Amino acid sequence: MTPSSEKELIQVMADASGPLNIVGGGTWQARNNAEPLYTSGLSGVTLYEPEALTLVAKAGTSLAEIEILLAKNGQCLPFEPNNLAALQGVKSTPTIGGVVATNASGPRRISAGACRDSLIGVRFVDGSGTVIKNGGRVMKNVTGYDLVKLMSGSFGTLGVLSEVSFKLLPAAQASASVLVVEDEKTCAATMARALGSPFDVNGAGHVDGVTALRVEGLSGSVAYRATALAKLLGGEIGEFDWQVLRDVQAFAGQEGDVWRFSVKPSDGPVLAAELRRLGAQQIMFDWAGGLLWVLAPSGMDMRKAKYKGHAMLLRGNALPVFQPRPAVIAALEKALRAKFDPKNILNPDWMT
Amino acid sequence: MQMPVANAEIIASKAGIVARLRNLLPDGAVIDDPVETKVYECDALSAYRCAPLAVVLPASTAEVAAVLRACHEMKVPVVPRGSGTSLAGGAMPTADSIILGVARLDKVLETDYENRFIRVQSGRTNLSVSGAVESNGFFYAPDPSSQLACAIAGNIAMNSGGAHCLKYGVTTNNLLGVTMVTMAGEIVELGGAYLDSGGYDLLGLVCGSEGQLGVVTEATLRILAKPEGARPVLIGFDDNAVAGACVSDIIQAGVLPVAIEFMDRPILEAVAKFVDAGYPDAEALLVIEVEGSEAEINHQLALITKIAQRHNPVEIRESRSAAESANIWKGRKAAFGAMGQINDYMCLDGTIPVSQLPLVLRRISELSKEYGLDVGNVFHAGDGNMHPLILYDANKPGDLEKCEDMGAEILKLCVEVGGCLTGEHGVGIEKRDLMYEQFNGDDLEIQMAVKDVFDPEWLLNPAKVFPLDASEARRG
Ligand SMILES: Cc1cc2nc3c(=O)[nH]c(=O)nc-3n(C[C@H](O)[C@H](O)[C@H](O)COP(=O)(O)OP(=O)(O)OC[C@H]3O[C@@H](n4cnc5c(N)ncnc54)[C@H](O)[C@@H]3O)c2cc1C
Repeated sequence: MTPSSEKELIQVMADASGPLNIVGGGTWQARNNAEPLYTSGLSGVTLYEPEALTLVAKAGTSLAEIEILLAKNGQCLPFEPNNLAALQGVKSTPTIGGVVATNASGPRRISAGACRDSLIGVRFVDGSGTVIKNGGRVMKNVTGYDLVKLMSGSFGTLGVLSEVSFKLLPAAQASASVLVVEDEKTCAATMARALGSPFDVNGAGHVDGVTALRVEGLSGSVAYRATALAKLLGGEIGEFDWQVLRDVQAFAGQEGDVWRFSVKPSDGPVLAAELRRLGAQQIMFDWAGGLLWVLAPSGMDMRKAKYKGHAMLLRGNALPVFQPRPAVIAALEKALRAKFDPKNILNPDWMT
Repeated sequence: MQMPVANAEIIASKAGIVARLRNLLPDGAVIDDPVETKVYECDALSAYRCAPLAVVLPASTAEVAAVLRACHEMKVPVVPRGSGTSLAGGAMPTADSIILGVARLDKVLETDYENRFIRVQSGRTNLSVSGAVESNGFFYAPDPSSQLACAIAGNIAMNSGGAHCLKYGVTTNNLLGVTMVTMAGEIVELGGAYLDSGGYDLLGLVCGSEGQLGVVTEATLRILAKPEGARPVLIGFDDNAVAGACVSDIIQAGVLPVAIEFMDRPILEAVAKFVDAGYPDAEALLVIEVEGSEAEINHQLALITKIAQRHNPVEIRESRSAAESANIWKGRKAAFGAMGQINDYMCLDGTIPVSQLPLVLRRISELSKEYGLDVGNVFHAGDGNMHPLILYDANKPGDLEKCEDMGAEILKLCVEVGGCLTGEHGVGIEKRDLMYEQFNGDDLEIQMAVKDVFDPEWLLNPAKVFPLDASEARRG
């Protein structure tokens, strides 16, 4: 099914009696055979006000279309959404609704926040066919409960998004990276020193023996801060491809499962060592050490490691995608899901 | 303001309820003497008052859980309270409710500079959180003007903002985790010292839920390294709309100041009588602050000055020293107090798309004439969060009602132009019955369904946020 308007979407949801897989760009492939509901018919930017740093778009709009439009006006989505299509081995382009549903957020999350932090409004159709709006198109809004946050990262299990609004940032005029060659054991400490400095670091990752720090902004200021940071860390200004890290391109096309761990940054290297002992083949760090991208042999359970945080199986079929939740929280989540999707039909695979 | 009829049965059982609570808590933690409960009658929306049944001041999460479990069993409503600085009546009690104050929960539990967070008990004041990490070169970014008094608990409940949120975001963007107790007395940990905890974003849901989903007892907050320096520039204009246009141009030019504050003539006149900030004679004044190294500050200020010059300012004054910076901010910080010297005032908090600023300012001044009430505008211009202050005389019969009617018209206007009723103060009792302006029945129903999940019997701060007629069936 491919509803071509919110009105049609309402009808589809009201009539639906069996399970539906909500498909945006199709980056996340469902494991079941439920009927797909494509959002591609809900497409287009509905409002763009560069002088107010706001964008409103229908949920099926492709991320690429939005990024091109913003770039033309020297603006960007603050949270640097990742495109995991290549990693997942699919030929598709993510939709903005999919970005929201998965709360997809790249390296800049450590300073600009996640998708949920830039998302300022949603419209969605819940599992019974009721259209609901929350938030709006202004940057500050505390009117009623913040369902905008709830929808972000809910993997389409609470409703089908029809329209999303964002606050934007001016695109950086300049960007520079400082590189420190070191073992991954010490990378979190280096990144902590960088983030503890006043130099406004907005990217901090470690790949293959190189720790990279990014500063962005007005060109003179970037040159100054990069130099100061290199001096502080004993590193050098150099090239680093943040998009490759953001999209986990290094693991695309490689055999094996891909895991994503979110932990306290200083726990990152410790966890990495344990994951390697368990059999992990490659590990990359983002978010100052707090995000680990892990390539591991298919079917090998990386959740056996000891860690405090969250692990998701991004690519792989043998194990659960989502980490089980503590009982009290699981009960709250289940009850919430029942309120938003009383017929229990939305994305049966996700968030379980 | 209409409040629900208090439950007479609960009021009649006061002695038993108080005795049971005394059993759970140490000496002095339960207050029921009407003289002592008087301070808890209202928050900063002081036009509305009502003494609670009793006040409890627990000092640990376990004590909070014990109190809530007991109140849940006895079916007694509970109103959580931080420092009572809410401008929306969020912490106002009803006669049949217990005030649960977190003032004794004021400790720092953990500071971790390597991972850039601090964990505190929720009764700790906003400013003392920054105070605890300041000497290590860090700060907690959200800075409401009330930061000396307001508690992190209230900040989380209201999702409070501050002057610097243009760059750093509001409370929800700086909150990593909470420990919360549900009305049934269950302790829940949401989020933590890591960025993603999987599952639904319950942390984001709880932040801004105005004490209706649970009582927050601890919070993990993101702390940031202090910038090398910061400096404001002051720019005066002879026209409000021109000042608004200048704000748009600055934002679009790609400079991102940490703060853009706006004051209009009535505010400037009030401020001039109250403190000596040395502001120029202007219709509208912007205070814009930028951060960074000395060179970065100069560069950004030069860009801003260049843009401002295109708008024929009456004066541009860059701060040259710490003393001058303090002076520029002195007037802005004194604005509310200065208006308070003239008369009683009501502070609105609607947000509008920045592009609508000239229109909305013009309509506000027309309404001011229609109603015969003076209005001053002081607000966070970068993000469209308006704070019209309407002056009225509390001792003049009918004046408060007139002021409220005018306030409601302004808020409706904010919604009409694409904005919202409240940008940072919250709905509380104040804007509860205006919620239909922004939401339809379905939008409100799903929000109330969320409360049903956390507090099925609607015992926690029940008479807030939702229009009374909408929540009536649920409140029992
Ligand atoms: C002069 C002045 C200036 C202000 N400036 C600003 C500003 O710049 N920005 C801004 O955003 N606000 C501002 N405010 C409003 C107010 O200070 C904020 O809303 C503040 O966050 C309230 O904190 P509090 O501790 O006083 O909360 P309270 O007033 O005690 O309570 C506020 C709400 O929080 C709930 N609550 C309290 N404790 C808990 C808890 N432990 N668990 C769950 N819920 C709880 C209460 O039930 C109530 O609904 C200002 C107020 C004043 C008087």
